[in-house]
Amino acid sequence: MALSGIQIYKLLPQTNCKECGFPTCLAFAMKLAAKQVELASCPYVSEASKAQLAESSAPPIRLVSLKADGREVKAGNEVVLFRHEKTFYNKPGVFVKLADSLSEAELQAALKAVEAFHVNYVGIDLSLDGFAVENVSGDGARFAAAVKTVRAHSKRPLILLAGEAGLAAALPLLAGETPLVGPATDGNWQALAALAKEHKAALLVQGESLDALAELSEKIKGAGLEDLVLQPVAATLAGKLALNTHIRRLALKKNFRPLGFPTLAVAGSAEEAVQAVTKYAGFIILERFAPELAYPLLVLRENIYTDPQKPIQVQPGVYEINNPKPTDPVLVTTNFSITYFSVANEVESSGLPAWLVVVDAEGMSVLTAWAAGKFDAERIAKSFRTFNMADKVSHKRLVLPGHVAVLSGELEAELPDWEIRVGPREAVDLPKFMKQAL
Amino acid sequence: MPVEIVKDKWPGSVRQVTLGATAAEGGTRSHTVTVGGEASLPFMHFEAPMPNRPRVAIEIKDRRPDDWSPLLLEVWGAAADNPAEWAKAAEQAGADLIVLALSLTKADGSPTQAADAAASVKAVLGATGLPLIVFGPGQAEADNELLVAVAEAAKGERIALGICEDKNYRTIVATAMANGHLVTARTPMDVNLAKQLNILISDMGLPLDRILMDPTTGALGYGIEYGFSVMERLRLAALQGDNMTQLPMLVTPGFEAWKTKESKVGEGVPADWGNWLQRAINWEVMTAVTLLESGADIVVLRHPESVARVKAVIDGLMQPA
Ligand code: B12
Ligand code: SF4
Repeated sequence: MALSGIQIYKLLPQTNCKECGFPTCLAFAMKLAAKQVELASCPYVSEASKAQLAESSAPPIRLVSLKADGREVKAGNEVVLFRHEKTFYNKPGVFVKLADSLSEAELQAALKAVEAFHVNYVGIDLSLDGFAVENVSGDGARFAAAVKTVRAHSKRPLILLAGEAGLAAALPLLAGETPLVGPATDGNWQALAALAKEHKAALLVQGESLDALAELSEKIKGAGLEDLVLQPVAATLAGKLALNTHIRRLALKKNFRPLGFPTLAVAGSAEEAVQAVTKYAGFIILERFAPELAYPLLVLRENIYTDPQKPIQVQPGVYEINNPKPTDPVLVTTNFSITYFSVANEVESSGLPAWLVVVDAEGMSVLTAWAAGKFDAERIAKSFRTFNMADKVSHKRLVLPGHVAVLSGELEAELPDWEIRVGPREAVDLPKFMKQAL
Repeated sequence: MPVEIVKDKWPGSVRQVTLGATAAEGGTRSHTVTVGGEASLPFMHFEAPMPNRPRVAIEIKDRRPDDWSPLLLEVWGAAADNPAEWAKAAEQAGADLIVLALSLTKADGSPTQAADAAASVKAVLGATGLPLIVFGPGQAEADNELLVAVAEAAKGERIALGICEDKNYRTIVATAMANGHLVTARTPMDVNLAKQLNILISDMGLPLDRILMDPTTGALGYGIEYGFSVMERLRLAALQGDNMTQLPMLVTPGFEAWKTKESKVGEGVPADWGNWLQRAINWEVMTAVTLLESGADIVVLRHPESVARVKAVIDGLMQPA
């Protein structure tokens, strides 16, 4: 927990020598508490105080970052239990599990499928974060061969699920990277901690109870390792939820250091993955890859991790889709990202040219904006004038979203020389409407 | 190392609400369903036992719907032509509750009449012993007219009438009171609006243990984050002791998920969207599970496979390790 100015003052030399640039140690302490200065500005702090201050300023959940080839997957540094209290920051990385018992051909096929997978969601390109290679064979050489194959086809960060033999064989192949390795258990933690330290890897710590996890993480920290990830193990969804909740609460409410690390969840189903995203996992291993699961899962992750204070929006303006000519139709929508992309994607993939007028509705959906008075005839008319729509097209006909058919009358009054047409309610039906009615 | 867990202590709890009435209680249901009663955040069994599990309702229509995904029409087959058959099929599929959603128009395009709605409700009550929830078509005037007829036709059955909104709650609440029913109060994703509507309804004299609240949700990818957070905030308010938010929450992930393009359209979509049927079911299941994690007491679903999967999730969430 962050120290107050007074608490920090007690750790300073209290000589008021002014070398830090402040008149008194107390003034400096206040600035430190507000995180406006660096501790290094005072040349006289004792080593003991330094350690105490560093400890207290560390985030309650350590930031752990897995790295490879310039890619980074971060977890930790979260500050709230509920997203409405502020926001969730680091989206849990999603890794696909690959067993080293697969044949070379099977491995390659699985790798290629995941590597090729990407979907566009409201303009965001979504793909998976990496692979978790598991030493199912129990054989170190085979595991290393599998890791080599993975590296030949993917540059994404890795998780290595293996014991001492597997890790000793495979880690030298990943020089310069930060993989996550483990799990370390009561039985093997010393060997694994030594390997993780030698190869600068983060270590996965597994335990069936909080007591066991805390004890193990303390021992491993004692061995000089800082980048830990906890893997609480429970048999039921309720058990997993409870353990993850305890860990998050202890870290945030009690600043309990032994459990102040991100967690990892292994998801065998879409259902388990949902709980991992909504309730606090820092890394997720999917037992199997399927696009029809990966797509909604990545979308859910975007949703839960958006900042509740700022809806994702696009710039208001006129968007030209499929090179429209002055004779092509004019469509009207709002600048909420989800709304804009639903419409733009539909029109774009139909191949039909159109002018899409995106009205500044403060980032709200069609009906929300309409209900809030941010998408009315006046605003639409104003956009048409600011964007000079009358000069861009040779006709005067615009299409409103079906959900706001009620705006037609008022809009006729605001834009007297335009013909107002009401389109379908859902964007899916737009191409058909454009072909038949325009 | 013994670790002392952090337990929340809450002054408040959610009211228990019972749907349906058996013969002994003046109805004809084979059993009743009680939801609510939580004294902690969802599934925190270590703080307070959850007296009632969340329940899964299946949504059926009074006639074959025009705008449902072909995947749904296919799985329900001929049952979708007849509400009584559909209700039986839904019970078979594992529903705890039936939601009958009335259509604005009949198959021939003419408006659904009060007598039609009453007949559909009678048919459904005759076909299944499960407790029933009836939703109007969602237009204030039609809802008022049809739901009054429905309430009278189902007198004594303790059904829930929806959707009760600020525009039209008076008529629906009055008829619920006169006929011994409950109401579902819907507000657009806002804690204060939800509270306000519950106050208005209880001011009319309907006891709070006869109100379910529907804080509205969006589908995965289409606003679910707002629904998720509003539900978390409503449940926190209830536990903190705010009387007017201490009601079980009903949400409609089936309706929301099945209107998305991902569920409705199988062709001309990116290959990386994957298998259409499995994607659509995942969309519904994942929307529903997200909402269970944030406090839903009743989730209304549409596909039988989603029902089975969500019920299995509830089993897992009700089983402390
Ligand atoms: C998420 C949401 C919110 C979020 C806001 C999200 C945002 N950034 O806009 C929050 C919680 C903040 C919110 C607030 C409110 N909301 Co709201 N909200 C919703 C919700 C659940 C989903 C909206 C959504 O994102 N839809 C997805 C987008 C993509 O849909 P869309 O913009 O309509 O676009 C589609 C179509 O319109 C069409 N389309 C779009 N453009 C075009 C263009 C053309 C030419 C064509 C043909 C088609 C087309 O294509 C798209 C895809 O099919 C809906 C209910 C629901 N489930 O739909 C209520 C809803 C829109 N909200 C409603 C209300 C009343 C409000 C509030 C006024 C209530 C309040 N709390 O005070 C406030 C207003 C905001 C304010 N005062 O600040 C009502 C509106 C009722 C009505 N009919 O008037 C709704 C319908 C809920 C309800 N049933 O009561 N809301
Ligand atoms: S430099 Fe250090 S000792 Fe000197 S006034 Fe600043 S804080 Fe105090």
